[in-house]
Amino acid sequence: MTRTAPTRQRSGLPAVLWLPAAMGLAFLVLPLAALLVRAPWRTLPGQLRSPVVLQALRLSVLSATLATAVCLLAGVPVAWVLARSAFPGLRMVRALVTVPLVLPPVVGGVALLLALGRRGVLGRYLDAWFGVTLPFSTAAVVLAEAFVAMPFLVIAVEGALRGMDRRFEEAAATLGASRWTVFRRVTLPLVAPGIVAGAVLCWTRALGEFGATITFAGNFPGRTQTVPIAVYLALETDPAGAVTLSLVLIAVSVVVLVALRGRWVGGLAA
Amino acid sequence: MRLRGWVALLATAAAAGCGSENDRTPAGAGQQDGGVVTGDLTVFAAASLTGAFTTLGDRFEAAHPGTHVTFSFGASSELATQIAQGAPADVFASASPATMETVTAAGEASGPQTFASNVLEIAVPAGNPAKVVGLADFARPGIKVALCAEQVPCGAAAVKLLRAVGVTAHPVTLEKDVKAALSKVQLGEVDAALVYRTDVQAAAGKVTGIEIPEAGEAVNRYPIAALAHARNAAAARAFVAYVLSADGRAVLRDAGFTLP
Repeated sequence: MTRTAPTRQRSGLPAVLWLPAAMGLAFLVLPLAALLVRAPWRTLPGQLRSPVVLQALRLSVLSATLATAVCLLAGVPVAWVLARSAFPGLRMVRALVTVPLVLPPVVGGVALLLALGRRGVLGRYLDAWFGVTLPFSTAAVVLAEAFVAMPFLVIAVEGALRGMDRRFEEAAATLGASRWTVFRRVTLPLVAPGIVAGAVLCWTRALGEFGATITFAGNFPGRTQTVPIAVYLALETDPAGAVTLSLVLIAVSVVVLVALRGRWVGGLAA
Repeated sequence: MRLRGWVALLATAAAAGCGSENDRTPAGAGQQDGGVVTGDLTVFAAASLTGAFTTLGDRFEAAHPGTHVTFSFGASSELATQIAQGAPADVFASASPATMETVTAAGEASGPQTFASNVLEIAVPAGNPAKVVGLADFARPGIKVALCAEQVPCGAAAVKLLRAVGVTAHPVTLEKDVKAALSKVQLGEVDAALVYRTDVQAAAGKVTGIEIPEAGEAVNRYPIAALAHARNAAAARAFVAYVLSADGRAVLRDAGFTLP
């Protein structure tokens, strides 16, 4: 049946894929459309200017950006190790990196509390030696988001590193470049599209993060109340406000995704 | 393999926040208004009723052989929304009269009855490291306090109580529900939290409760009603009657509820 399946001349896509593709798209878009239909359009402009919304939005964008920076600084080296090194237990390490993907975010938040909380395995020393307690601070929001979002970056960058043509690195090394120079001047530029794609995924995941954040960082307006947390609480008393906030979050992420996709992410397949 | 172990460990840690149930032995069958009650019964109840209602459900089944009670515990507001959207529930027990009102206003129930009330208590970690003795400590600089967010019933009650006693608290976090506030105390991440007395009782041994003399300023009333679209109306009425009976009252009192 597949052998004789008619193909669309123009796009070269087999027609049998169009129906499931349309169903898949509808499945993804329908809930968003429902939000748009039910949005309180008349009161929307006023609600958008409310200090609670602006404060939450500012904090969300700031913390997601900082979390992405943390992921870039720590995640790119992790991806490099996973892609390029060979040591016993490497598969184990790779599995551990993806743990935050399978872990319910709330459990991730509890784990962070047990590790970095005031009585945590490491956190107790932060408190005793430096007087630093992480929970309930903006730093905790950033850490919770980075914990959940990092695998997206690592997986994207590792894929890019595995897919790149290593002969460029070898040529540079032959010409006398040090390992660090090769990494900086050859490897990084070649995998840049992968890094950007990973960073974008990482940022959007961080922006939407809820479970780990509210568990590890709590909820306080201006300090730890991000948009997803504000949405959750608004649902209790003001469902229309919750829809408004959701739209704001969707709008911000769609704008960023579309802007970056056109510029950068097209090169991901390379 | 080891990965699974890790995940299981963390999941256990997360589940550790759940309270334990009462395990008293049944005292006797409740008297119902004639007729034989059988079949499946679905009860939507506020999360704070989890312990008491699980016990009540077992006893109700014992008193009415042939019945099977299924509970859905959750935030009252969420349950009310589900009922409005046509969820198959027979009985609704809410943690706030306002939430019950949204259900009766929608014609989904009528004549709700108050069956219990709950007051706030201060929960502190075992050993009370910050030496909290009363609400006045909530204004102390350097103390870490968790309250519920004002959007949920325990938060509204906390605001009311603190206003009544004239204490300005500086919470580090406004938690999404009372169990979340309690778990922050259990983990020792905060020095004190305002939770319900029943929550302190359910977490006995892990947190210490401090009674508040002015607690009567913010009492949370729990209304219950059989739903208009109940599929098992007879069992629904019988369950409501059982909750209001002497047996029901005994279970609720044991769980730390105040009775009307």
